[in-house]
Amino acid sequence: MTSRNSHPAYPGRPVYVVDGCRTPFLKSTGQPGPFRASDLAVAAGRQLLLRQPFEADRLDEVILGCVMPGPDEVNIGRVAALRMGCPDTVTAWTVQRNCASGMQALDSAATNISSGRSDLVLAGGTEAMSHAPLLLKPDMVGWLAGWQKQLGFINRGKQLSRIKPAMLAPIIGLLRGLTDPTVGLSMGQTAEILAQRFTISRDHMDAFALASHIKLARAQREQWLDEVIPIIAADGSVFEVDNGLRSDSQFHHLAKLRPVFERHGLVTAGNSAQVTDGAAWLLLASEQAVKEYDLPVLGQLLDCQWSGLDPSQMGLGPAYASAALLKRRDLTVEDIDFWEINEAFATQVLACLAAMQDQAFCLDQLDYASPIGELSPARLNVDGGAISIGHPVGASGARIVLHLLKVLEREQAKSGIATLCIGGGQGGAMLVSRAGEIS
Amino acid sequence: MNTAKHHQIWQRREDQDGLVWLALDVPDSATNTLTTDVLDALEQRISELESIPAKGLVLYSAKDNGFIAGADINVFRETHTEDELFSLIRQVQQLFNRIEALPFPTLAMIHGFCLGGGLELALACDYRIAADDDNTRIGLPEVRLGIHPGYGGSVRLIEKLGVMSAMPLMLSGRLLSGRSAAKAGVIDEAVSIRQLRRAAKDRLLNRPTKQRPPRWQALLNTALLRPAVAFLLRRETAKRAQIEHYPAPFALIDVWKNQPSLREDYFAAEARSVAQLLLSDGAQNLVRLFFLRQRLKGLGKLKTPPVTHVHVIGAGVMGGDIAAWCALQGLRVTLQDQTAHQLAPAIKRAQILFKKTLKLPHKVQAAMDRLIPDAEGLGVKQADVVIEAIFENLEAKQSLYQRLEPQLRPDTLLATNTSSIALETLATCLENPERLVGLHFFNPVSKMQLVEVVNGKATAAEWRDRAMAFVVQIDRLPLTVKSAPGFLINRILMPYLLEAVTLAQEGVALERIDKAAKDYGMPMGPIELADTVGLDICQSVADILAGELGLEVPPLLAQLLEQGRLGKKSGHGFYRYDKQNKTIRHRSGSGNTLSSEQIQYRLMLRMFNECAACLNDGIVSDAELLDAGMVFGSGFAPFRGGPVHAMQSKGIADCTEQLKQFSHQYGERFLPHPGWRALS
Repeated sequence: MTSRNSHPAYPGRPVYVVDGCRTPFLKSTGQPGPFRASDLAVAAGRQLLLRQPFEADRLDEVILGCVMPGPDEVNIGRVAALRMGCPDTVTAWTVQRNCASGMQALDSAATNISSGRSDLVLAGGTEAMSHAPLLLKPDMVGWLAGWQKQLGFINRGKQLSRIKPAMLAPIIGLLRGLTDPTVGLSMGQTAEILAQRFTISRDHMDAFALASHIKLARAQREQWLDEVIPIIAADGSVFEVDNGLRSDSQFHHLAKLRPVFERHGLVTAGNSAQVTDGAAWLLLASEQAVKEYDLPVLGQLLDCQWSGLDPSQMGLGPAYASAALLKRRDLTVEDIDFWEINEAFATQVLACLAAMQDQAFCLDQLDYASPIGELSPARLNVDGGAISIGHPVGASGARIVLHLLKVLEREQAKSGIATLCIGGGQGGAMLVSRAGEIS
Repeated sequence: MNTAKHHQIWQRREDQDGLVWLALDVPDSATNTLTTDVLDALEQRISELESIPAKGLVLYSAKDNGFIAGADINVFRETHTEDELFSLIRQVQQLFNRIEALPFPTLAMIHGFCLGGGLELALACDYRIAADDDNTRIGLPEVRLGIHPGYGGSVRLIEKLGVMSAMPLMLSGRLLSGRSAAKAGVIDEAVSIRQLRRAAKDRLLNRPTKQRPPRWQALLNTALLRPAVAFLLRRETAKRAQIEHYPAPFALIDVWKNQPSLREDYFAAEARSVAQLLLSDGAQNLVRLFFLRQRLKGLGKLKTPPVTHVHVIGAGVMGGDIAAWCALQGLRVTLQDQTAHQLAPAIKRAQILFKKTLKLPHKVQAAMDRLIPDAEGLGVKQADVVIEAIFENLEAKQSLYQRLEPQLRPDTLLATNTSSIALETLATCLENPERLVGLHFFNPVSKMQLVEVVNGKATAAEWRDRAMAFVVQIDRLPLTVKSAPGFLINRILMPYLLEAVTLAQEGVALERIDKAAKDYGMPMGPIELADTVGLDICQSVADILAGELGLEVPPLLAQLLEQGRLGKKSGHGFYRYDKQNKTIRHRSGSGNTLSSEQIQYRLMLRMFNECAACLNDGIVSDAELLDAGMVFGSGFAPFRGGPVHAMQSKGIADCTEQLKQFSHQYGERFLPHPGWRALS
């Protein structure tokens, strides 16, 4: 049997990205934001469809990644597709691979195009983390069921006396979603573990976070984020840019923040990805569709790799997935012009970089005889990342692939890898090029 | 008419449970109405059932569009005496009473519209059920025609719902969906149209209790409490309608208040009141307008491909509201303006409109999803209709058209909402000037039903027809007007507005000017209207029209503008406004005590004089269309049947005489236009 990672993801027909756009990423203010997950997907998706030279009925399918759709958004992919004006005949489905759901949507779309099953697929991700539900505790649910059964004044009075204040406290869905149920650690705690393992200092993390903000500020100023389209809420408020950017984000400010996940830890809200709402879409096409509708080619999805690892160290996912991807394609770090490593936590990105240069780690864990190499900061997350932009978990995977292609276009570069860590102990990496194979 | 033919109108079928199903299918008509034939045929069927009783009876319609649209309004146009009308109404009442008295349960099975006489028939049945879908419309809209229910409907609705629930429905003439009708108790149940027959059968075989009002409502119906309740109802009604203009709702309250203790006499009193109202000018004029509306609708019933996508450019008040209206009517709409910030207020207003009209969250969401903000103008290439609604500037519009034209599909209609620039001038920059049509909407778009379809000299008939059909598709009333300054509505309104400004300039209190117009029946006073439209806009339109029509613009307007008083939008125009845009009361005028009658004459005669001029210039093809246009486009007193009709009622000679007298007194602007000659 060949080794686990030897098969390329898209051995069939080439898969092209012809267009893409996303909503601004909106930082959560602690209460439900103005858009639900499907609203965000519709706002971006209908714009994207509007500028295509074909009608929506030409799409083979719509695939949307989302981790926590709302209660009215079961199979949110279909909900979004119908709402944005796709006819009934365009099928749609939803994928969930936690933080990589958006990338999973692209992978699924690409697989179908490569195999010849589809020619034109709209794929992306959406998340409205600010809408994560508050849940009732099981004893409260039991109490309510009892209330339904008890009839009469006296019985109901008795039932009423059985309620305890602790039962009334809600479960915060978002916190539970960001906690690994198999190892009982929050995502932030897994980041603390990596900080310890690779001795990453608080200063180092904060500097990385600050750089993220500075790079985003420059990209906004230079109008490099042209994939972002303005959206208008029903109440008339307008959102044009990613609003998580800290304009006052001075180094000492970041340094003053208290750790949020562990009392004596290092990971703060400032050096972690923000809780954010947002959606991103890419339009994927076969060569046949590109020719038929004379579509402009933004780039090509060459390969994709999913790797599994210890859930308590999930932040190293990008190192595992990228290593396997490079190896399979017989490429080195230097062959890749630009990288997007999703900034779930500053320490987690830094840990990945350190791991790829660590002789022992590369040998033991990644099956590399020598260290994989150093990623130049000049080629990594050049326009900021989730720490400044935000990380709507279902959408980020699509965002980083789209933006990586935009960077390659701007820099007239050839190749890139977009990769992210996935809660639950996985890593995903996607190899893209502007056009054609990378030599 | 013979029996066989009658049997076709109400088709009878008996099922194995012994229930008789009577399907109404008026021959040679798409819609069921209660014509004399229909009632005669029903009478025969009821006689049959009286001699050989069934287990139960279902009345329903074999038409797709609905149950019964109401009484046959044509009957009201024929001349009758009050007594003739009374006995005609009584005959129907007695027929309905016989249905009510049938010794087995009866049920009206409703889908689509069930209006006026149709609902009165349904109310005579023991049960009513209706389809729970978008097409169901149930109500007693008689007041809109200047009358009130006369086939026993007011008596029965109050019996079933109680006065406090029944009266508001009849006084407003509001139509209900199946679901709301069930909630209000007008029908017993709203069910999916799939289950309508099964639900009908269940009800007739199981005979659940019939609709009854809550006990406190029944109490209000006692002779002791009726005067107090009637007082409250009258006071509420007076807030919306003046008794001199709209007597019908007040008459309805009186019939109830003075109801005789014998039910049969109560029916007779209802019939007598309707017979009297039918002969009143108000009702005759409102009925006339009903037919004029049909005529306008008919103008747009043309075979053209239906529109699915509209692109609106300019997200100001007009553009934004046109876009929202189109989305509400089920079209896909792209709305273009320079930035998202300029688009946002339109999206906000649309959401408010959708919530108010559609209510159900998934429908509001669907309408919002159909309305796509499009700062880049991507929709131009896909749209079936492109409507330009940017600010009134020739160069801006022309340079926009030059950019637009190459992007348009060959079959896309290009329309402009311009109110003051000639189509011929605008079209000069186009490769194909024949495709440019004016679609002049009125503010507020969701209330004003009229759209002037402006026919430029170069406009091709094919494009004009498509514009007419489009207007009907979005449920507005199209009126073809000649391309001439101000078209029809603004041109007629302008002298009236300017006369109001002149009166203000002469020192007449602003409130008195507005009151004189409102007493005549205008929905809003001219001064308030000017403030609402914006004095800057008034001035610029007046300037454009002044040159063409020889109007004098009173200097007061410019003086106010110099002080930065723009109207409601700046918080200060003629009136002052608070933050909620409510008028702040203050004394105005310099005590000019011109009589209210004189004020009213001066305002209305300026308007009438311009009407004569418009007819003379052929802006619209006949006086009826002018009347319809003014009522549906400017809200001109509907009960007066339109300005030309009002002039004719007042007497053409009287009007011209008064004009002549005013021309001596106030100047040449009152000289009767030569167009009057054609009217007399």
